[in-house]
Order: sequence, then C-alpha cells, then structure tokens
Amino acid sequence: MCGIVGLYLKDQRLAPELGAHLEAMLVKMSDRGPDSAGFAVYGSPKQGAVKLTLRSDAAEPDFEALAARLGEEVTLAARGNHAVVTLPRSALPRVEAILAAEPDLVVASRGERVEIYRDVGLPPAVAKRFDLSAMGGSHGIGHTRMATESAVTVDGAHPFSTGDDQCLVHNGSLSNHNDLRRRLAHAGMSVRTENDSEVAAAYLSWRMAQGETLGGALERSLDDLDGFYTFVVGTGRGFGVLRDPIACKPAVLAETEAWVAFGSEYQALTDLPGIEQARVWEPKPATPYFWER
Amino acid sequence: MPVVDLAVTPLRELNQALHGVGDPGNDRHWLVKNPKGSHALAVGVDAPLDIEIEGHVGYYCAGMNKQASITVHGNAGVGVAENMMSGRVHVTGDASQSAGATGRGGLLVIDGNASARCGISMKGIDIVVKGSIGHMSAFMGQAGRLVVLGDAGEALGDSLYEARLYVRGKVASLGADCVEKPMEAQHRAELAELLAAAGVGEVDPAEFRRYGSARSLYHFKVDNVSAY
Repeated sequence: MCGIVGLYLKDQRLAPELGAHLEAMLVKMSDRGPDSAGFAVYGSPKQGAVKLTLRSDAAEPDFEALAARLGEEVTLAARGNHAVVTLPRSALPRVEAILAAEPDLVVASRGERVEIYRDVGLPPAVAKRFDLSAMGGSHGIGHTRMATESAVTVDGAHPFSTGDDQCLVHNGSLSNHNDLRRRLAHAGMSVRTENDSEVAAAYLSWRMAQGETLGGALERSLDDLDGFYTFVVGTGRGFGVLRDPIACKPAVLAETEAWVAFGSEYQALTDLPGIEQARVWEPKPATPYFWER
Repeated sequence: MPVVDLAVTPLRELNQALHGVGDPGNDRHWLVKNPKGSHALAVGVDAPLDIEIEGHVGYYCAGMNKQASITVHGNAGVGVAENMMSGRVHVTGDASQSAGATGRGGLLVIDGNASARCGISMKGIDIVVKGSIGHMSAFMGQAGRLVVLGDAGEALGDSLYEARLYVRGKVASLGADCVEKPMEAQHRAELAELLAAAGVGEVDPAEFRRYGSARSLYHFKVDNVSAY
C-alpha cells in the first residue's frame, strides 16, 4: 500500500511551520504504511556550504567522535541515529573520503538544502524521533511504508536520494527495475539498494544530470519505467508528481495561494491551513505536475 | 434534524445510527459535518433518509445505498456509491476512480469530473456526470445508463454487455467491442428523462452520441455457451 505526501510552500512565511504540517500529513497516512517512515525537508542554503545527512546503523552512534575526526571546518548536528554535517564545498572530497571509511555509516543525502530522515516504526514515532515538527523549510516530501517486495529495514524506507538535493518517494511497484538498474550502472549511476524505488530515483537523477528539467525527466520516465507508480519528487527548487498511465495508486493534489500539497488520500491534507478553500483535484494519469521557484 | 459532527462523533457510531433507523417518520434529514476524507461514510444505509455531508469524503461513501438520498458537498474518493441498490447519490465536486462501480440501481449524479473506471461493471445503476470521465469507464458494464456531458477517456465501454452509454463530448477511444450506435427517438427520450432526473437543464439530448456493445466477443457466440 504505502502513503506518500508532499508540501510545497508558495508563501515563505509558512516556512517555520513546514515540519509541523508535514508531520501531521505523515501521521494521517499511518494506516497506509505502518512499517517505516521517512521524510525530506528542504531548508535555506548557506553560501558555499554543502549539507550531508548521515545515518548510523551502529547500536550506539558516536557522532561526537566522528565530528572530531571530520575537523573544525565541519559542523555536525545529531538527531537520533541521524546527523547533519555542514561543510565548505572545498572540504567535500576530504570529508567524503573519511565518511566512506566509517563502518555502519550511510550518507542519506547530499546537497545545499535537503535533509533526509528515515527509520522503521510507526510514522508518528519516526516523526517524533527526529523532531520533524520543529523543522522549518520551503518544501518537503514524506513516505509511510507497507513493505511488499523487500524486508522492513531502514534501507527499504523512503525517500531515496540519488542526486544532490534530489529525492523521491514512491507508492507502487516497478517491474523493469533490474534491467533499468543495469542500464543506469552503464551510464555511471550507482544504486545502493535492491529497492525498485531507488532505481526510479536514480533514473530521474540521471535524466536531470543530462540537462532535463524536472518536468522533462518525469515525462521521459513514462516511456522508460514499467509498472505502477505514483511518485512525489523533491529537488532543490521544487517538487513534482507523476502517476502511471493506468493510475493504479491513489493521488490527491490541493492548492491555495500559500501552498501546494500532495497526499495519497485527502485525509492527509485535512489539517493544512486554508484547506477548506483549497482547490482539490485528482492528478491525471501519465501527466507530470511540478512546481518550481 | 439529527446533526452529526465527525470531529466529535466516531464514524462507526454514525454508520450504526444510520443502520438503526427503522421508520424515520418526519426525521428524515440528517446533516454530517467535518467528514475530513473519512472512508466508508454512510455506507449500507437502508432507509428513505436525506443525508447531507458537508465536505470532502474518502473511499466508498454511500456504498450499497438503498432508498436514501445522499449528497456530498465536496469531492468523493474512490468508489462513491459502489454497488448502490436504489436511491440517489449526488456529489457536488469531483469523484475519484470507480464511481458507481457494480451499482445495481438508483441514480448517481456527479457535478464535476469522475476519474478512471467510472461505472465499472455497472449492473443497473444510472450515472450522470456533468464533467468528464477517465479511462476504462463502464468496463464490463452489464446494465444501466452512463451519461457524460463532457469527454470520456481511453477505452470507453471495453467488454460491454448491455449498459448504454451517452457522451456529449469527445471520446478518446472506444474499448474492445464497444461501438457507436444511432440515436433514435427512444434514446433521446430516455436521455431527456435522465438529464431531468439529474437536474440538468438546457442541454439538448441530440448533442449526445450513443455507445453500446457490438456483442461480438467470445461469450456472445452461441457456440461457446457450453463453456460457461
């Protein structure tokens, strides 16, 4: 099943409330995905700086020791078993080399704006674990998982990020992901897990790396992805939605002057400010929708 | 008039109360507030009630309805009025997929658009959509009438039996074994009746085209009867 949500703020005065709204949306989708949950939040960039979200699979993560190893030009903020490190772009090769050698450490995202948090457990517990409601930002996407084709592990939780400031959440199942994974590998794209959704993320990252816009990449995926899917995709500049041509999986979009929101079901959107006056509609199959600033 | 606020009253309590209505007497008008996308709202009602729901509803609203007149002031999720037996369901906004699926009787009116699979496997229900409908609508429709004032998506009426389809706008494509048929006086009369029942004024039945089954698929051949 799975539930997916997305919130894109047009009115940046709402930015401090982004996490609180995203949390309410995720929690409402718990019935659709009680196994695990994850979310991506896009904040403001810092001039010349890169942000990495790290996840430690160690029983007791020692982020303090890691911070010391990374050196003084790197700041580290831990949230549970995740940590966000911010560093000057010039330090990226050195820091990534250190991180690659760390056991039990996974780089969940890289970019100027995005932070990604995922874990197994009920969505309200996962949101609380990372204090999502206190996070601000310009837009965010989230996922509640009901595992169907791979185990309930943190590696199988969404969002998947395969490019700087890019990430994807997926409701559905792809049938040509193995072939596509091989083709993407030839094109130099690495896909870390066996998960079909990560392949979709890598496909879109590959298209955008070739110069496609978000809308263009979504359009191309209609030709190349086989299976059923509703995607919500985040980039540094915006977010997009795509449903397969059969429209297997549910989707609702809503828009006001202040925001655009996506939910697998309308229930996810019911606490958003001004929802009573929002335009609410079902996105058409095989039609990319995207908002960018 | 019973007023039920779903922000306070659990949904099950409302549905139980609706099921418990015997002879409603003069207390026929129910008002439901704050549906907030709840699923299975006012499902299985079997009493001559007039139920108004103020807001958007989730899946299967008014499913299996018998006798009642149910109005959704907003959008409806998947499967609104699915398997309706009799009565009337009115959605003032849009409806999601599979609106009126497998319905056996009654009238479903959608003021906005309905998405894919509208009237799938309809078995006697009448459906009037004032906007457009999505792909695979009336798939395997067995009986009843589907009226669309706007356009129809791909594969309209695929594997149709005896359901009759009337579309005023463009049809993206017809499904297997679905063909256009001539509009005769009896069809214009039946359509006028349906439009009037749905409260549609000022629309000329002559603007519609009629579609139905060519009856050429395997199961229509007498030689294959023994296979069933």
